[in-house]
Amino acid sequence: MGIRMFRRLFALLAALAVSAALAQGPVQERKLANGLRVIVKEDHRAPTVVHMVWYVAGSMDEVSGESGVAHVLEHLMFKGTRTVKNGEFSRRIAAAGGRENAFTSQDYTAYFQQVPKDALPLMLQLEADRMSSLLVTGAEFAREIKVVMEERRLRTEDQPHALVAEALNAAAYFAHPYRRPIIGWMNDLEHMSHLDARNWYARWYVPNNAFVVVVGDVKADEVFALAQRYYGRIKARPLPERKPQLEPQQRGARRMVVKAPAELPYLLMGWKCPVLRDADRDWQPYALEVLTGVLDGNESARLNQSLVRNSRVAGEVGAGYDIAARGPGMCSLEGTPSQGRSVADLETALRGELARLVEGGVSADELDRVKAQVVARQVFNRDSIFGQAMEIGRFETAGLSHKDIDRVLERIKAVSAEQVRAVAKQYFVDDALTVVVLEPQPLGQARPPPAPPGVRH
Amino acid sequence: MSRGVNSRRKHLIRLISAAALSIAACAAQAALPIEHWTASSGARVYFVASRGIPMLDINVDFDAGGRRVPADKAGLGGLTHALIKAGSAARAEEEISRRIADVGAQLGGKVDRDRAGLSLRTLSSERERTQAIATFAEILQTPAFPDAAFAREKARLIDSVREEETKPDAIASKAFFRLVYGAHPYALAPTPRTVAGIQRGDVVAFYRDNYVAGRAVVTLIGDADRALAERIAEQLTAGLPRAAGAPAPLPPVVQARGETARIAHPASQSHILLGLPAIARDDPDYFPMLVGNYVLGGGGFVSRLVAEVREKRGYAYSVYSYFLPLAQEGPFQIGLQTRTDQADEALSRVRAVLDEFLEHGPSAAELQAAKQNLAGGFALRIDSNGKLLEQVALIGYYRLPLSWLDDFTARVRKVGVAEVRAAFARRVRPGNLVTVVVGSGEN
Repeated sequence: MGIRMFRRLFALLAALAVSAALAQGPVQERKLANGLRVIVKEDHRAPTVVHMVWYVAGSMDEVSGESGVAHVLEHLMFKGTRTVKNGEFSRRIAAAGGRENAFTSQDYTAYFQQVPKDALPLMLQLEADRMSSLLVTGAEFAREIKVVMEERRLRTEDQPHALVAEALNAAAYFAHPYRRPIIGWMNDLEHMSHLDARNWYARWYVPNNAFVVVVGDVKADEVFALAQRYYGRIKARPLPERKPQLEPQQRGARRMVVKAPAELPYLLMGWKCPVLRDADRDWQPYALEVLTGVLDGNESARLNQSLVRNSRVAGEVGAGYDIAARGPGMCSLEGTPSQGRSVADLETALRGELARLVEGGVSADELDRVKAQVVARQVFNRDSIFGQAMEIGRFETAGLSHKDIDRVLERIKAVSAEQVRAVAKQYFVDDALTVVVLEPQPLGQARPPPAPPGVRH
Repeated sequence: MSRGVNSRRKHLIRLISAAALSIAACAAQAALPIEHWTASSGARVYFVASRGIPMLDINVDFDAGGRRVPADKAGLGGLTHALIKAGSAARAEEEISRRIADVGAQLGGKVDRDRAGLSLRTLSSERERTQAIATFAEILQTPAFPDAAFAREKARLIDSVREEETKPDAIASKAFFRLVYGAHPYALAPTPRTVAGIQRGDVVAFYRDNYVAGRAVVTLIGDADRALAERIAEQLTAGLPRAAGAPAPLPPVVQARGETARIAHPASQSHILLGLPAIARDDPDYFPMLVGNYVLGGGGFVSRLVAEVREKRGYAYSVYSYFLPLAQEGPFQIGLQTRTDQADEALSRVRAVLDEFLEHGPSAAELQAAKQNLAGGFALRIDSNGKLLEQVALIGYYRLPLSWLDDFTARVRKVGVAEVRAAFARRVRPGNLVTVVVGSGEN
């Protein structure tokens, strides 16, 4: 074992320390007969590998009354299968020197392991096993649902900004399932059963609704062979119909207040915006990406410069936009007013920045700066095999292709000042806006009011 | 700050705090051909060439963390650090930001109880690298601390401290360090009052006395050769202040006295912390503690605390233990959050797990599993320039042997059950354990 370890170390030194001609290869993809896609990117800088399984099933696939079940199932995926006992999954990965975890989003649920490269076959074996033979028992469910409720308390109930974000989604979407929180409403968690989780697994955990991403010190052909061996024997099953549940057009601004124990108020504004559906034909998402970069994408971006440094109306300020998503898109601005300034002052200042974009556009320097970030991040992202695998997975679940990744960067670099001005004018309009304000409550009086009559917990 | 609204970006991860902490706590070792020399300024330099990607990471650490700050000026370390990039002798803040952004570079940094560090990530192509490093050199060596920026950052710090004073996790953490460290500066945390008392002159003096060449540690990882690395190290440190003498001696860390604090808070969960001062960075007990703690609460899903508190009883989403070795005895901490009405039960369960572990130590099988993960997974600690930078910076700052990485797996493998038990018995005495519970529900 000692000798093997040293050999690994030596390889690592050689890879990291010597100028490798090209340590990273192109992305390669194969589709197994059961519909499972396997996507591999070779990266030989270090003798490690990341293995991820992505299921195209997230909270947006849930129905009312069962919110949170995608995430609960994610927890239960570690509780044992017909052949791997409860706890054994994590123990075997740990024994192989690995790290592992999983995450659930509105769009997908994904599982990952980072391991020394020799352990890769074991990862495929374990993931293939729980893709097809998970046990969901009432006893394990009863224990784990308590953990999930603690998680909701930790991340949402006691986090004022998270309550604001939850309220924004609930208010911005009447029909689309993005209205429901990923972790689920507490009352839905309280009434969930192991059968809900079991049904979820039966419905969505099939090879034709999943893909595998492997990035690291591997040979693509060997990974494809391993994938065929372990995943190839799992049978495809028809998927349920996915209803579009399109959000009807918003007709006027929506405003909400959230009260929670805090010192500083907080403002969150979200506008309905398009996301990327066709990497070649669409142009607005690229312009929105650049717009977000101009506002908050680098050291000298506008929001920080104007609102924090110059006018000092804000203590913290930010802008957000995800170009890739299965569901509808949203552009957001957020911030905390500085001492002595109000949320209204901050909102006025943020609206002023939007008006400046519409009226004055952006300068050539600003455009160049945003594009310089794009170029640099493209390079920096190659430092992390995990980051590269995440990028592939996010594109793929959004209905795009890993082949679009470079194309998207090229298109962003080609965005013009006029396009940025045009999307600012088109999308940042009040009729598509939802605003949520946190009204801080003193700690002593922060108990929520009692539940209305007729509602039982 | 660019947190997206959409929770698409805010993934729910199965167990975030425990994983993050166990990584932070274990992080102490690197493994590579580290080149080391002293710059003409007296700064110590550590360099690893890694030429696979055209990028360069640089970190400069100073002995300018929380422990160098007088008690009545708590917050001065963080404030000085935040103001370094707010303008140089030659350029205004806005121009500094533009010059960094124009070449796609990223400025970063962090302050802890020992260190204040500033970092730069840049492309290694000549135009980008030259401009990024020249700008970095300017702010490091000729910060102007302009009045307006000082007033602004001070106000922002007061706001954020007041906000923290409403958050149960921050309240618990501050109370924990206060009880664990007493009169030692590791106990300090800024309050609105201490920050309000800081004057611009304090910042200027703190920079002059602590951001000094002779105590600077420069770490470079990436696409450069030795000659270039030497030039960069000169460029970044030749103009740093020179120390007037050795830094003032710090008081010894005094062992905690087993106090308990219960602090009311309306949150739905109680935040519970237990711990005491444990080991310093150069402590010979480091490896037994590392391996032992993996079994107790550092090994994520396979640790005893997670098994007993989370998996079997569903008391908590996150439960962990860690050691954070510092220049002087850094803390051992166990932490969890649980629904307020079951806080006492959860706390006694944690105590039972700890007591049992202190009495018997890990089983042979547990020890074996811990060693397999820590030694077998060693490559995962250094498989990117970003991870490597942190490890090498640590080796440099704490003057660990350059062979630290070569020795790591062997030292892990040598640890035995008896050593773990003995080390824990020396370092974690139950009578000294501090307990903090925030969120009793009453207010």
